[in-house]
Amino acid sequence: MAGTKARERPLSPHLQIYRWPLPMMMSIAHRLTGIGLYFGTILVVWWLIAVGSGPGGYSRLTAFANSWFGRAVLFAYTWSLIHHMLGGIRHLIWDTGRGFEPNEREWLALATIVGSVSLTMVLWIVGYFIIGGAR
Amino acid sequence: MSSDLRTPLARVGGLGSARSGTGHFWLQRVTAVANVPLTIAFVVILASLFGRNQAAAQQILGTPLVAITMLLFIGSVTFHMRLGMQIVIEDYIHGEILRPLLVMANTFFTIGIGLAAAYALLKLSFGI
Repeated sequence: MAGTKARERPLSPHLQIYRWPLPMMMSIAHRLTGIGLYFGTILVVWWLIAVGSGPGGYSRLTAFANSWFGRAVLFAYTWSLIHHMLGGIRHLIWDTGRGFEPNEREWLALATIVGSVSLTMVLWIVGYFIIGGAR
Repeated sequence: MSSDLRTPLARVGGLGSARSGTGHFWLQRVTAVANVPLTIAFVVILASLFGRNQAAAQQILGTPLVAITMLLFIGSVTFHMRLGMQIVIEDYIHGEILRPLLVMANTFFTIGIGLAAAYALLKLSFGI
């Protein structure tokens, strides 16, 4: 087949040409939150080691957690955790063969994002105003 | 004469030419189901430690029920994330050298994270 050139073939429209339906965005969010949580486990390990390392190591952790950057990271981690959990439950529902009708898919996608955002809010409000403050 | 060219051993294994079956898919689901209650428990434990000092945090995390729940959480989560990241790597990385290297690095990272967390938790419980 020497000398044979690949013919220029028409390309099918790719991702960027379509509008972004909610189930697609939730699928992408599921993967992105999964990747985020993967690296977020480094924080969990830091936390567990810091608690065992005595007051010095622990104060460095709380200093980070109380900074605006640390707060933002923790907030993103909380939302990712809840979003990935709800998205995972959606996948488990699909695994039973249910929830594939168009309206069901839309509803499940909406429930995932509304559920994750409101649960994260509730959690942080409870954390700040009910449990909040040094003890 | 049988039309099946597979050996009896291959047939009983039931894995076909891909040499692996539904193990990855199934373990992803098993750990996903385990992760749901364990994640809720983890969030409750985190919230109960919010704003406490080091001594109180150490005492709570060293309680047998809390420590065992956290160990289960760490085990299930690191297993689940190893499977998940493997899929991500296999979807996007196609280099003949880079891909297996990243799949290996994924295994090393997740086992490292899991063992570091387990070590820290056991240290808290046993007060060494």
